[in-house]
Amino acid sequence: MAVSFVIPGTLRELAGNRSEVRVDGAAGSLSDALSRLWAECPAVRDRVLTERGDVRPHINIFIDGENSRYAGGLAAPVRDGAEIMLIPAVSGGAVRA
Amino acid sequence: MPVARHISPNAGDVVLLVGTMKGAFLVRGDKQRRSWEVGGPYFPGSAVYATAYDNRAGRHRIWAGPNSMHYGGMLHSTDDFGQTWTNPEEANVKFPEGTDAALKQIWQIVPGRASEPETLYCGVEPAALFVSRDAGETWSLVEGLWNHPQRPQWQPGGGGLCMHTILLDPERPKQIRIAISTGGMYVTEDGGASWRPSNKGVRAEFLPDKHPEFGQCVHKVAQSRQKPERMFLQNHWGLYRSDDRGESWTDVANGVPSDFGFPMAIHPRDPDSAWIVPLESDMFRCTPEGKLRVYRTRNAGEAWQPLSNGLPQEGAFETVLRDGLTADTLDPAGVYFGTRGGKLFASADEGEQWSMIADGLPPVISVKTAIV
Repeated sequence: MAVSFVIPGTLRELAGNRSEVRVDGAAGSLSDALSRLWAECPAVRDRVLTERGDVRPHINIFIDGENSRYAGGLAAPVRDGAEIMLIPAVSGGAVRA
Repeated sequence: MPVARHISPNAGDVVLLVGTMKGAFLVRGDKQRRSWEVGGPYFPGSAVYATAYDNRAGRHRIWAGPNSMHYGGMLHSTDDFGQTWTNPEEANVKFPEGTDAALKQIWQIVPGRASEPETLYCGVEPAALFVSRDAGETWSLVEGLWNHPQRPQWQPGGGGLCMHTILLDPERPKQIRIAISTGGMYVTEDGGASWRPSNKGVRAEFLPDKHPEFGQCVHKVAQSRQKPERMFLQNHWGLYRSDDRGESWTDVANGVPSDFGFPMAIHPRDPDSAWIVPLESDMFRCTPEGKLRVYRTRNAGEAWQPLSNGLPQEGAFETVLRDGLTADTLDPAGVYFGTRGGKLFASADEGEQWSMIADGLPPVISVKTAIV
């Protein structure tokens, strides 16, 4: 089984210019899933976590649409096949072409 | 994201490294310091409190410490004046395990002495000193300061608990002075293993004991390269001079409209000359009377002269932050400052005449100079 990570535009260059990264392995906690993402995209890690291992305060991680902050944080459960979105908090907007 | 415009400096040009709340800019001036062009923005959206130019060992390297509200901060460098920047995979300045701390902001980058061209120093928030011995590839925490028994009593100032000043003594290779808001100034005489406070005479208006051993809200300190015992200090209320390398401080707020302010720049050759930008008060951190004035002393603080030629003198409620004022090393010295209103001013004659060389920048946090 696999878990899919949706990578925000500002970090895609550090993820091989991918907007979605699928990582294989058994589901478990968010921390487990992130560890597999770091193995695939090591440069993303320090942009999402502090050196204390905390999720940066202005990064939200949604698991199947639910904000992980209110679902157990890094211990939040992740099901097989889950979609995990990394989203800069209260951000967005782009210049219209 | 905006597309950066690049500068192409010639040998001998002045380049200003301008850090703002929304990115960094490189501003090139010709040798006469009359015409200017603006490059950038670099790191758009990130606050750039710290920049530095490293010309040791044949380098033309610019360092910047942008901090993204979302993704944190790390050090980046460019060897081609901003056309390409390093983008480290891992954060290069970070607290080691066991400290229970996380980097909030990079406040200061200082290349080491000429005799140690691979050494750099970095001051951060929460207040700590990092050192690199491999030209910025890897960094380590200076444990001697981090483990100082007074550190738990340092309190954050309005800008956070920041280490904003790093002074390498030009004559004594083991002496380094740092300043923290609010912890005060500290000095090491053994290269960083041990530290002691060095604030005798500096007031702390916000404490019951107005003259504590440490805990002053020092805003900026400058040390003369020609006469290292001469130092100037801009405090959170208080303007000081030292003639003994900071062992004691004398109030020299003689003739200034306020002794509150942030920046302090010392003349590159004359130890009696320095520049400041007084602000009205900590409750109203703007230039007094709506007049943008730089003050200069030529006699070690016995008197300060307002310098306003070319600066707005009406409705100019500007703020110049602690790293927002600097001087170059040319003769006569060029003086430069940026405001929170996004204006950048330059003087090619030590402050006699000013001109605005950029406007509409994001709020300016820091200005450094390089002669390339």
